[in-house]
Amino acid sequence: MVEPLLELRGLTKAFGALKVTQDVSLSVLPGEIHAVIGPNGAGKTTLVHQVSGTLAPDAGSIRFNGRDVTGLPLARRARLGLARSFQITAVLPGFSVLENAALAVQARSGSSFRFWRAAATEAALNEAALGALAQVGLQDRAETLAGDLSHGERRQLELAIALAMQPRLLLLDEPLAGAGPEETERLVGILAGLKARYGILLVEHDMAAVFALADRISVLVYGQVIATGTPGEIRTNRQVRDAYLGEDH
Amino acid sequence: MLHRYTVPLTIFGALALAPLLGFGAGHSLSLLARAMILGLGALGLSVLVGGAGLVSLGHAASFGIGAYAVVMLDAAGITDAGVVFPTSVLAAAVFALLTGAVAIRTAGVNFIMITLAFGQMAFFTAASLSAYGGDDGYTLYARTRLFGTKLLENRWFFHYLLLALLVLAWLAGRRLLASRFGRVLRAARENPLRLQALGFSPYPYQLLAYTLAGALGGLAGALLANATEFVAPSFIAWQRSGDLLFMVILGGLGQLHGAVLGALAFVLLEEYLAELTPHWRLIFGPLLVLVALYLKGGLLGLVQRRG
Repeated sequence: MVEPLLELRGLTKAFGALKVTQDVSLSVLPGEIHAVIGPNGAGKTTLVHQVSGTLAPDAGSIRFNGRDVTGLPLARRARLGLARSFQITAVLPGFSVLENAALAVQARSGSSFRFWRAAATEAALNEAALGALAQVGLQDRAETLAGDLSHGERRQLELAIALAMQPRLLLLDEPLAGAGPEETERLVGILAGLKARYGILLVEHDMAAVFALADRISVLVYGQVIATGTPGEIRTNRQVRDAYLGEDH
Repeated sequence: MLHRYTVPLTIFGALALAPLLGFGAGHSLSLLARAMILGLGALGLSVLVGGAGLVSLGHAASFGIGAYAVVMLDAAGITDAGVVFPTSVLAAAVFALLTGAVAIRTAGVNFIMITLAFGQMAFFTAASLSAYGGDDGYTLYARTRLFGTKLLENRWFFHYLLLALLVLAWLAGRRLLASRFGRVLRAARENPLRLQALGFSPYPYQLLAYTLAGALGGLAGALLANATEFVAPSFIAWQRSGDLLFMVILGGLGQLHGAVLGALAFVLLEEYLAELTPHWRLIFGPLLVLVALYLKGGLLGLVQRRG
């Protein structure tokens, strides 16, 4: 039995009377893409916030890489190797594409309490950053301001930033949101290429992409996981079809 | 496009030449000294506001603490620069470290209000120091001694000393913002959540920047005490913090020499309007409003669009 990279147990979160996460348990194995799908308002984003550390669960635990991280803040989890991407793209618009990625590299290589040498001339940072950009096909845009990128390119940069952190687990919050058909195809190709090297928890709306990429899928409805299984199992699961897939498939 | 060093070199060049071009009459030279000292403080503030996105409305407190350190040491008979200036810098840095440790836990408007509150605390403390003149202030009968000499009394020497310090602070500030440390600061301004998702806690970086800006303000305050040979609580009044903030915005936030340009423009404008009419604030106020409204990128933006 392979030790899971990420394991959620009995995660529960309520906002007042509204239970947005109810007893959610799921795991991500190394090299696995575990997708979380669900209708709008199912609590997917709240779940992402709890896993990444921006929101504390009311009950339950989060184990990452063999360690309980339930009480750790976002920055600590990131340093342990949990890289999240944002649903609403959160690249640094005033930074160049390269500098966005280089900052992520910088986070993992040595102290940032260095005050004199120009960071932009540190070859080690730039090379690793360019490598991450190349993985998502953005190396030709390195000198562009991130604020000037197209929407799809920003999504690519979002991924490159996560990769530049050299993480163990990617927590991707709707990486395809708002991307056009061509951009989606390109991004799915990139994600498929990453699969072997990272565990990925993928929260995504695009069903075609999810069924193409995921090893396992968990279906979240009203804050509860109603089913977990392979894409084949989920596709034929009656409860899932009633609750969710039936509507638009 | 102007070369990127054209504007700063022009500013510093003009300041270097000013005393030689007949600007050396006593009063105008002390006017320039005042502008350079305020520019020094504004530089630190510019690193905070333009670099780290920390809009402090209490920056005059560091000036005041630097200046009052000179006064207190003077009253105790200590006037040696080797003691006075380090004390000013250190006192202002410690104040910034302690108040910043609280203020930086907040953001946005709350940060502005807390820095304002700490500034006012320093103001009222100074006003209550009856041993040092209280509200009336304290007159220094001699400037700080440099290696036992009275060099600081020499207007020319003082002018070029200030210019040298200003250029040094500008260079150091530029290096700082381009360094790894500065990169983290700039990212914290653009998107603190993203920075945390990368594994950085913005807090220690911002606190150190706040402390360094305070230290530079303390140095400027000590120099201001020497320039005016008089120190009063008004050095710390929140209006002075507002003036400093305005200098930074007037000059242009994006680049550090904007703060120097802003301080020069502010001091000269204030002076010449005051000569024009005793009601000069009636002109100065609306002028500031117009600049804030229409001069995006400040004076630097104006210069660079022309260039």
